[in-house]
Amino acid sequence: MEGIYLDNNATTRVDPAVVEAMLPYFTEQFGNPSSLHSFGNKVGLAVKKARMQVQELLGAEHESEIIFTSCGTESDSTAILSALKANPERREIITTVLEHPAILSLYSQLEKEGYTAHYLKVDGKGRVDMDEYKRLLSDKVAVVSVMWANNETGSFFPVLEMAELANAAGVMFHTDAVQAVGKVPIDLKNSKIDMLSLSGHKLHAPKGIGVLYLKRGVRFRPLLRGGHQERGRRAGTENTASIVALGKACEMALAAMEHENTEVRRLRDKLEAGILAKVPHAFVTGDASNRLPNTSNIAFEYIEGEAILLLLNKFGIAASSGSACTSGSLEPSHVMRAMGIPYTAAHGTTRFSLSRYTTEEEIDRVIQVVPEIVAQLRKLSPYWGENGPSAEPEKDFAPVYA
Amino acid sequence: MWDYSDKVKEHFFQPRNAGPLADANAVGDVGSISCGDALRLMLKVDPETETIEEAHFQTFGCGSAIASSSALTEIVKGMKLDDALKVSNQDIADYLDGLPPEKMHCSVMGREALQAAIANYRGEEWSDDHEEGALICKCFAIDAVLIEDTVRANNLSTMEDVINYTKAGGGCASCHEGIEEILAKVLAERGETFKAVPVKLDKEAPKPGKLTNLERIRRIEAVLESVRPQLQRDHGDIELVDVDGKTVYVSMTGACAGCQMEALTLQGIQTKLMEELGELIKLVPTRAGSLARATSQP
Repeated sequence: MEGIYLDNNATTRVDPAVVEAMLPYFTEQFGNPSSLHSFGNKVGLAVKKARMQVQELLGAEHESEIIFTSCGTESDSTAILSALKANPERREIITTVLEHPAILSLYSQLEKEGYTAHYLKVDGKGRVDMDEYKRLLSDKVAVVSVMWANNETGSFFPVLEMAELANAAGVMFHTDAVQAVGKVPIDLKNSKIDMLSLSGHKLHAPKGIGVLYLKRGVRFRPLLRGGHQERGRRAGTENTASIVALGKACEMALAAMEHENTEVRRLRDKLEAGILAKVPHAFVTGDASNRLPNTSNIAFEYIEGEAILLLLNKFGIAASSGSACTSGSLEPSHVMRAMGIPYTAAHGTTRFSLSRYTTEEEIDRVIQVVPEIVAQLRKLSPYWGENGPSAEPEKDFAPVYA
Repeated sequence: MWDYSDKVKEHFFQPRNAGPLADANAVGDVGSISCGDALRLMLKVDPETETIEEAHFQTFGCGSAIASSSALTEIVKGMKLDDALKVSNQDIADYLDGLPPEKMHCSVMGREALQAAIANYRGEEWSDDHEEGALICKCFAIDAVLIEDTVRANNLSTMEDVINYTKAGGGCASCHEGIEEILAKVLAERGETFKAVPVKLDKEAPKPGKLTNLERIRRIEAVLESVRPQLQRDHGDIELVDVDGKTVYVSMTGACAGCQMEALTLQGIQTKLMEELGELIKLVPTRAGSLARATSQP
């Protein structure tokens, strides 16, 4: 069975054209791009081409602003730690409560090392309070890191505006744009964003390749020192095959940008409307009017996400959940908790994330299957009565927690 | 995704005894703070024989929570209440051919629902007997609260101590950073500084029967030390009286003596002893008479 893959915010399939582009770099084009001879030289040119392809997708002014790394997390760590090393007298750092663990875990470690971290709170739709942000910006702050789009809800933060404010206050600004790159147009040369992270496998390139965008002139201290690769800003022999693949994937993402924001968005909206029309006591989480075109996160009240995923999987449908049990850590989604989503709903949040490969038939099938699964699980739920939630769900079932 | 056994999957996809039970006369509603899951267990008990005739459940939870609930209803059907009280969370996990360590709390929730339902039938108040913290050691399913309490109660100061007393950190060792943080925190409270000492991890698990008497007794004491904080929290305590072959004599003191949960507590400790020593152990509480007999042994 082929399966219906609606978990593209987790990872994407590598486009066949991308695979084709990268394969020669395992075999005949095996040279080290740093070498002077023709084995290396050709590979060096291919890396340069890839850099320009990434530059174009990001709207960066110079190709030298693109630094290849091994993943989004490496880009994030490099950016934050560089800002701290470059500004040793600044001991405060700012981010939001909705960030990916790649930022939150790093910030919490930095707190242990003596930094003061400010986590911008959000409202019920996941929006930050810009006044709070403005108050926090000062010459004590080394760096601000705010994600472009949230991985769970797809909602955007106003990163362009926040970068302007940081810039005006003389503070470095980094954005984790892992979910946004390739799905929405980006024009870094006309922004005040100093650093941006992206990850190849979210846009149909392979896993194990990422990019840190570093605006020309922004003070930088490398995480990995060694050879002169990436102009000495990220030492280590280049992952040439994956760099070539990422270049190709960026070129294709740019070409598909229109499709992503029309057709993929149409299918996402159809899926969402179709499910909500048939399933009572379900709602969209996040800022529905301001989010990625491919992401829909629906909270199904009174049931639990892992159970939903296991049943969906039985029908060959792949999705993802913010429930405690699916994260591998038992931590319930910090995103849902931060937005104040009630317990009985946060547990059942299910994320459907589409791609340019998603078809109408697949969406129709999911719209058909999801209501059955939800009904089946609600029959097992102590919060659920015969045909709807029990009269007063929170009162009728009030377990003793241990 | 979790590595669930076929039995877990089967009980999740075809749960037994799901849904309300109209004429239930024993109901237990409990939840797990660590993951937010919750469960209602409904029993129909025959008042004459105190036998569980019917058992149903409703669960708000993940796959293993639903499977654990389903397994629980199958296990207790036909049992006398007193026997049902002896069902441990390990019994539920075993019935399902095991649960991933992160999911063991689902079986704990099942056992607690059972105790709560029986308390409800008997008109008693049920309150939980343990506190759960963030899972630190995934090899042996040991949480932060247990580690912290054990470190504090026993004045532990090294990683090796923690491994010996709780088993936490004795497996893959990837949780050592988390354990060191707990050590550093508790040591700071008593005005000391944590110093890292290289840890020798056992290459092999201890082989049964190869322990010297001294080693056996040390291990028994370590197990008792590890449960002591929980007992003391309930204003009780436990003392090792004697060890005679496979029989370990202990004396339960304070609130633990004569507590109606005593049998269950002892059973839990006995299981721990067997795991730690790798042999069959009989744990016997000594009272006035038996204490004299036990202490008169050479």
